[in-house]
Amino acid sequence: MKNFLAFVAVLVLGFLIITSLNNNEAFPNYGEADISERVSQAYIDRSATENPGDITFGETTDLESGPANIVTAIVADYRSFDTLGEVTVLFISSLGVALLLGGVNRKRIDLDFHPNFMLRVGSRALFGIILMTGVYVAIHGHLTPGGGFPGGAMIASSMLLLYLADDEFRVKIKGFKMLESVAGSLYVLIGLTGLLLISGGFFLENFLDNGVIGNLFSAGIVPIVYVLIGLKVGSEISGIIDNFLTEEAV
Amino acid sequence: MLQYAAIAMLMLGLYGLLTQRNVIKIIVSLNIFEIGLNLFIISVGYVDDGIAPILTSNFNNNGLIFVDPLPSALVLTAIVIGVGTTALALALANNIYQKYGTFEIDEMGEE
Repeated sequence: MKNFLAFVAVLVLGFLIITSLNNNEAFPNYGEADISERVSQAYIDRSATENPGDITFGETTDLESGPANIVTAIVADYRSFDTLGEVTVLFISSLGVALLLGGVNRKRIDLDFHPNFMLRVGSRALFGIILMTGVYVAIHGHLTPGGGFPGGAMIASSMLLLYLADDEFRVKIKGFKMLESVAGSLYVLIGLTGLLLISGGFFLENFLDNGVIGNLFSAGIVPIVYVLIGLKVGSEISGIIDNFLTEEAV
Repeated sequence: MLQYAAIAMLMLGLYGLLTQRNVIKIIVSLNIFEIGLNLFIISVGYVDDGIAPILTSNFNNNGLIFVDPLPSALVLTAIVIGVGTTALALALANNIYQKYGTFEIDEMGEE
């Protein structure tokens, strides 16, 4: 009976969503969205305050926002304050996990299976490749798909591989906590630099030269901020993994 | 078409949330709900024949047809928040298991 009521409630919800969106002028059909009427066109043209005209990869200099990846331009430049809040949410959740599971003296949970020599050595060989892919994705966040968040998740996944393939491995968790706090503080300090040291500046203003769009050293503070986010996310998720795979030593 | 798939996924997740009595299954339902919502937001920004909103040496100017970059940026935020809530929920589930020895809500408190 309860399942049937839940089924009816879900059907009513789906019916309401579909009927309210069908034939709605403000809501386009799939694939027929008109970007030029949306606010997104200003992000694509980098013309939120001024109109720079045509943008060409590898030629145009000193745009309003430098990254060749437009999603990065939104996440780490136009909406950087939002991203600071997002990083804070992740920090609070890792703090909550540490409070719920944590303790002072912790050891690895006893697993039923014990990895042999080949598995331990092979996972260490793979570890470097995965870690370097994560670092690459985080550093090239303003040019290619990816960025700090996926890069950080890849760094943490390399740690997870070591945890799963070796039943005695533990990272130096104090070092990760230190890295996480330093990266988070630097993000805020970079924001405050834009606010305090530049006349007429604002919080998280891009105070460095934007350079040529498409170069590795371009887009001002965006790559710096994204690498910091990558380090912070990687160390936070590694800390969460460590908390889940250890228990209080009795 | 993707929009209907996303709405179906959203309904599936909500049904799971309403009917399941196992803590782990509730968390899985929450994740399905969230992925459906993310797919729906992404589908709003899709343009036929649009390319990914990244300037490269092959697609090198802003006059091309891009898909909408704004929903992608917002979903990036939502995914990260989802990871945070899932980790917190799993930590709570772990503590529940330590105390009651079961993940079933109905069997708790009977001992």
